[in-house]
Amino acid sequence: MKKDFVVNQLSRRKVLKGAGSLALIAPEVITGFPAVHAQAPKVLRYLGTAVNQSADIAKKVKEDTGITIEYIPVTTDDVTRRVITQPNSYDVVDTEYFSLRKLIPSGNLLPMDGKKIKNFEKITPVFSKGELPSGKKIGDQGTAPKKVMFLEGQNSTKFAKTPTQWATLIPTVYNADTLGIRPDLIKRPIGQWKELLNPEFKGKAAILNIPSIGIMDAAMVVESMGEYKYPDKGNMTKPEIDRTMKVLTEAKKSGQFRAFWKDFNESVNLMASGETVIQSMWSPAVTAVKSKGIACVYQPLAEGYRAWAAGFALSKGINATPKADLAYEFVNWFLDGWAGAYLNRQGYYSAVLETAKASMEPYEWAFWMEGKAAEKDIKAPDGTLLEKAGSKRDGGSYDERMGSVACWNAVMDENDYMVKKWNEFIAA
Amino acid sequence: MSIRSITERGLPAWAQALPLAAVFLIFFVVPLVLTVMVSFWNYNEYEILPDFTARNYLEAFEGCAERLLAAELCTTLKTYLTTLRIAILAWLITLLLGFAIAYFLAFHVRSLTMQIVLFLLCTIPFWTSNVIRMISWIPLLGRNGLINQTLQQLHVIDQPLEWLLFSEFAVVLAFVHLYTLFMIVPIFNSMMRIDPALVEAARDCGASGWQTLANVVIPLSKPGIVIGSIFVLTIVMGDFVTIGVMGGQQIASVGKMINTQMGALQFPPAAAHAVILLVTVLFVVWGLTRLVDIRKEL
Repeated sequence: MKKDFVVNQLSRRKVLKGAGSLALIAPEVITGFPAVHAQAPKVLRYLGTAVNQSADIAKKVKEDTGITIEYIPVTTDDVTRRVITQPNSYDVVDTEYFSLRKLIPSGNLLPMDGKKIKNFEKITPVFSKGELPSGKKIGDQGTAPKKVMFLEGQNSTKFAKTPTQWATLIPTVYNADTLGIRPDLIKRPIGQWKELLNPEFKGKAAILNIPSIGIMDAAMVVESMGEYKYPDKGNMTKPEIDRTMKVLTEAKKSGQFRAFWKDFNESVNLMASGETVIQSMWSPAVTAVKSKGIACVYQPLAEGYRAWAAGFALSKGINATPKADLAYEFVNWFLDGWAGAYLNRQGYYSAVLETAKASMEPYEWAFWMEGKAAEKDIKAPDGTLLEKAGSKRDGGSYDERMGSVACWNAVMDENDYMVKKWNEFIAA
Repeated sequence: MSIRSITERGLPAWAQALPLAAVFLIFFVVPLVLTVMVSFWNYNEYEILPDFTARNYLEAFEGCAERLLAAELCTTLKTYLTTLRIAILAWLITLLLGFAIAYFLAFHVRSLTMQIVLFLLCTIPFWTSNVIRMISWIPLLGRNGLINQTLQQLHVIDQPLEWLLFSEFAVVLAFVHLYTLFMIVPIFNSMMRIDPALVEAARDCGASGWQTLANVVIPLSKPGIVIGSIFVLTIVMGDFVTIGVMGGQQIASVGKMINTQMGALQFPPAAAHAVILLVTVLFVVWGLTRLVDIRKEL
């Protein structure tokens, strides 16, 4: 799930302010390129949730390429809504892979030509083949990126089974999500998803109130309890949805949950205040709790992770305009290393590992990607201390974490039914 | 409107009414008509399809009849009942509080300066954003919050009170905190118009304090009470943010249901629920206006 917030203490307001002031100076910028569109300012409207929309990235893009990025930060749902209803209100969109099954049929996205992407071949095989660079296959339940990454042709709205030249999204960031716990309050090891519904934590558990993701976390729990094995947790049948919701509803009625959360800050507050001791969580939220000096672990679990991934697409509106070239220039810049390193330092993963590695200090790479003990203090891009020297990343290395992915965020065929059931669950 | 009526009332009068009418038309009538229209449309995963179907309304009440026969409530009815219950609780409490505070301000505070100062104090809850106000309840009401810690230290309770936060209690508390002012303002306004001579006359005729209140003040404050009630009920009925945050997202409300559907791009069913909610609220407002003819009283 993409976070509707800005990492490293950067408020949305600051981002807006940053974007706003960039927009203001844009008309005065002399690009220096003797192209036909030399008069037009190099501006890209970038629609997305705030996760990648940091002022640092916009500043660096400006320095390196002269492109002014105008951020349009909205919630995950609003990104989808805008792509479908207002395709001309943005140039580049940063969205999640699971939304593609809704977005591609609308015909509002312009497939990206792999030949124009410099590092296209170097994008991690997690996306193209569903495997680690070492060749190890990873879980592909749900909307695994490889299922929706490629189209059959430039004007096709059909997903290709094998890699083609035409990409739906060029990946930017992805991660593997699990449960966050308060080890100081639980005081015993936690190793399985079923602990979320363990009566021991009655009134102290929480899940997200985002139906498509919440139900997958619930499915992980159901499998962990040994109640049922889903053929595909990301695409349940109606009886499977009923079964899953029944487990959740019973837990809710018996008072298992302290709250459900929908917003990043809510999850941080719940955990930090001790209202909950175990809950579904996002990686930077765990970091946020830790940075308050409160023990919190992003607990690796036996059944694996639920992963998500996001990437760039272009608006159909900019097809065959100079903006399209700008957009390619920007996407190429994004894969070039600086942005990847920036994301890796926040605990996310970047699409082209090789270039990101070149932009990171060896000790940083060892901590974030290889799961080794930190040689020096680990700092966030803005300089705040994240981990002290000697500590290790929860869950270990890239291969350990991404290799244990069990399923991906998804939109089910029975989405309509699922949303209805979810509303019933909330009302129960 | 005919040419004659325009000339009879005079062009300036119409011109004066025009800006507000235009605002109403663009920002109220048009969206409302669109909502009603979309509520009859069909939809799929990623688009809404122009159509004329009762699907959204039927599905909203799907299974309700059978469930009622089995003496249980379907999701939609249950959700409406919860919303209504919370709205009525919030309304009763804001009404009592609002009336008492307005009465104090209008009849007990003599100087105008003091009235203004106290009135401004009532607006303090509006100095910060809605969300921050709600989040600030957590350190107060939470499991390890101020109230629980104090009560535990005083040995009033052994275990923290869990129902203080993320419960209907918390939701109603937040509503009262937020919306009592909406009661105070119109009731205070009505009370300020009551001729003090009337209250004196009641006393001269031998009425007790309670009799004066019941027979003079309350009847003359009715327009304010009704207007305040309309404010509070309509706001609370449509709320999903406060119920979400204070109820720990565990309490269903109609607004939340609509919000979830919008999130899943299911605009037509969301529109249908919005229309049903609107009709419900209009009924409540209609009922209230039966009690008092607001137009006449103003």
